[in-house]
Amino acid sequence: MDAAEVEAGLTRFVAERWGSAGVAIANLARFSGGAGRETWGFDARPERTSAPEVLEAVFRCDPIKGVPSMPGRALEFHLIKAAWDEGVVVPEPLWDGDDRFGVKFFTMKRVAGETLGARLVRGEQYANARELLPGQLAESLARIHRVTREAHPELAEIPGPAQGVSPAQAEVDNYEASYRLNTQDPHPVFELAFRWLHAHMPRVEERVLVHGDYRLGNFIFDETGLRAVIDWELAHWGDPMEDIGWLAVKSWRFGGSQPMAGVGGREAFFAAYEAAGGFPVDRERVRFWELFGNLRWGVITIGQVANYLAGRSKSVELASIGRRTAETEWELLNLLEGKGD
Amino acid sequence: MQDRPTVDELLEAVAGFLHGDVMSNTTGRINFHARVAGNVLQMLRRELTEMEGQLSREWAGLDGLLGVEATPASRDDTWRKIVKRNEALAQRVRDGFGDDETDRERLMAHFRATSHDKLAVSNPALAEQR
Repeated sequence: MDAAEVEAGLTRFVAERWGSAGVAIANLARFSGGAGRETWGFDARPERTSAPEVLEAVFRCDPIKGVPSMPGRALEFHLIKAAWDEGVVVPEPLWDGDDRFGVKFFTMKRVAGETLGARLVRGEQYANARELLPGQLAESLARIHRVTREAHPELAEIPGPAQGVSPAQAEVDNYEASYRLNTQDPHPVFELAFRWLHAHMPRVEERVLVHGDYRLGNFIFDETGLRAVIDWELAHWGDPMEDIGWLAVKSWRFGGSQPMAGVGGREAFFAAYEAAGGFPVDRERVRFWELFGNLRWGVITIGQVANYLAGRSKSVELASIGRRTAETEWELLNLLEGKGD
Repeated sequence: MQDRPTVDELLEAVAGFLHGDVMSNTTGRINFHARVAGNVLQMLRRELTEMEGQLSREWAGLDGLLGVEATPASRDDTWRKIVKRNEALAQRVRDGFGDDETDRERLMAHFRATSHDKLAVSNPALAEQR
């Protein structure tokens, strides 16, 4: 959508929600990144008030009319709302959208801060944030995992394993299929890793809300640490240990010396997660999901190369990501030999 | 044969342009992609230097696991044949080669060597840590 269309629609939408005659929209700007959705920042204030209170907000919508994304904006709003209600650090949800734009949309409050993992791990100004972040991440994660399908009928459309399939089996099958579909070259190391995963599949039937992409890059932070958990598009029902393993994946440490998000120790994180009401941490299962996570990121790099080679994107970044597959192979070898850190 | 500068020298010149002039005169997405593109050229310089030695090491490693075969005459044929041999190795791993401890040690040694060679080109800083 173009800015004029968004501004006109938002002006009426916010006015209706406020029951106000006139609303002024300012500082409307599209954020970069994210092929699967559009994100716009805007400020809104009621007209003709002497002491206007400015609402700093975000407008998120599906990118193409008539093509709903997965899980779709409507579902994303319900997810953030459910997380907010559990006390997860997320942007405060404002209003779910309606049909006026021809695409699904919603609004939430805007959170100041930044997301680049390397900046958190290395930035001098973030020394304090590095201390605080692991505990804050553990607490929010424990709260995310309290969300159940039974208590949230509005989240029924979130994907989950089929009847009779364990969460681990479902995830491994999904990424193995993607690997076999997309890979340009044989990867014997990946074959060994898949074989290990099949032999060590946890038979756990727990089904809780899994964020699905809980890692540096998807956390807004500032000097005080965590300000918001974002990017809920890969949320699904599954094993809570999956998110913990993904947070320890080597590539998401951004060069940091610590295993959890590059800045936190394992045992301290597990203790904080349990203390915040999380599930008892099963270290073997976390190891399974960490190994799976490294393989999953490797499969994603292969998928991005396939997108480039098929001409779906001409980005040099996407093309060169194929040469990062080797990093995941190396870490898989470490983990298979019990030499992870 | 072509006149100087060499392939390596020209790649270095273009990488220097991307990391220098382009990056200092751009912001945001273009700036980021100029960094990525310059890094790719630096990686290609390493790849061109290392390729001959890495292909023959990988070939010898595959000889040890799959049986000795004569190396093809041209580099392109060697490359294509290594892909075929890796397909065969992948199939053997799927069939359980490596479950046995002795096989596994040989397999892991080969994987370590080939993955390390890849990292030496794509991410030398990470390769040096090991």
